[in-house]
Amino acid sequence: MATRGFSGRSRGTAADQPGRLPPGQFLTADFPVLSAGPTPHIAREDWQLEFRVGPRPIKSWSWGDFIRLPITKATPDIHCVTKWSKFDTNWEGVSIQDLLVDAALEPPTGFTLAHSYDGYSTNVPVKDLLGGRAIIAIAYDGKPIAAEHGGPARLLVPHLYFWKSAKWVKGLQFTDRDEAGFWELRGYHMYGDPWQEQRYSGD
Amino acid sequence: MKLVWQPATVVAIEARTSMVKSFFFRLPRPLSFIPGQHMDVRLTAPDGYEAQRSYSIASAPNGTDRIELAVELLQDGEVSPFFFDTVAVGDEIELRGPIGGHFMWSVDDGGPVLLVGGGSGVVPLACMLRYRAARRSAVPVALVYSARTASDLIFGDELRMLRARRDGFHFIPTLTRETNPAPGHRVGRIDAALLNDALMLLPSPPKLVFVCGANAFVETAADVLLGLGVPPAAIRTERYGE
Repeated sequence: MATRGFSGRSRGTAADQPGRLPPGQFLTADFPVLSAGPTPHIAREDWQLEFRVGPRPIKSWSWGDFIRLPITKATPDIHCVTKWSKFDTNWEGVSIQDLLVDAALEPPTGFTLAHSYDGYSTNVPVKDLLGGRAIIAIAYDGKPIAAEHGGPARLLVPHLYFWKSAKWVKGLQFTDRDEAGFWELRGYHMYGDPWQEQRYSGD
Repeated sequence: MKLVWQPATVVAIEARTSMVKSFFFRLPRPLSFIPGQHMDVRLTAPDGYEAQRSYSIASAPNGTDRIELAVELLQDGEVSPFFFDTVAVGDEIELRGPIGGHFMWSVDDGGPVLLVGGGSGVVPLACMLRYRAARRSAVPVALVYSARTASDLIFGDELRMLRARRDGFHFIPTLTRETNPAPGHRVGRIDAALLNDALMLLPSPPKLVFVCGANAFVETAADVLLGLGVPPAAIRTERYGE
């Protein structure tokens, strides 16, 4: 249904690259901040990342342990469910793949829940974390990630809507089933593929 | 349950401030929602290009097929200038919703409640207050509302009228560019003194705090509230734009 009188603005760089913007998204040069609550502040010396299988801790890394692991650089496009997309964002961190190698762990289930320091959680299938598809990011544009953008560390899984890239990440938990996280319990899609426009449950 | 796009008819347009207009829609069927939720709007160009944005529902849930969305004009925007310049009564606009599962308050969630809004961030908070008034609720609520000048207070007359009911609702507007404030309006940006005053108007610490506005505003307000001892888990934020 065409909207009377609407032609859309000149599409800028997005127009030069047809198919690069997922449906319903607009391109921004900003980096908007969105969150459900206040920004937590976690000092690096207090930070820890823990992998668990169900309730059982398997491996944890302090900041010092973490930064000794191989660094992966990534420059993905990112897509927020609130409709903005940003191209060529610059991140550095450690891939989930390399963390599993360091933990000598084969994924014991097909599903994970990422947990954050403020109580947030989000579910991501294991296959979406492997093969370099996801990292635990510690730098953005060559600098430590600002607290309001999820620093000191956040999950980065850019092929899904950005609510899946859990800020202030503190752990990854392998679960037997696909368990709904914070937004998934509140009406958002369990998987969140921007190319299928999977914003809300039922999409 | 899939949220489907519905064609909604514009039945009225009303200017609220120099930068904000209310658009009143008739939906194909009645809408149930909780104050704080929003609708997604979709505009489609003849070549199939789509633009989507979200707007908080301003009208209180009332079981009817009518809702009000308040749109703020963003000069470099793509959708809001279209609403301001082109949309007319009788036009059909695609909407879907209600969306949002966290930044919501139904009177039955209880209180006391502190609401903190900056600019157009007041819209979902006004929805909560309108519903509270419709329910004749006496749940203690304080609204701190920061805007540039008195004429920028969206729903200003209505909020002052609700304050005059003296039913447990406290309205604390603060104006950041006003040099000659009318009685009942403070001057200056939100700070610890202002938010503490608002907290002191409530009979006990707030059960829930809702903060809405531009990111810098929300970040400041949330930090101040944490500094005043409000537990992080009680604070819900909705950040507009940049």
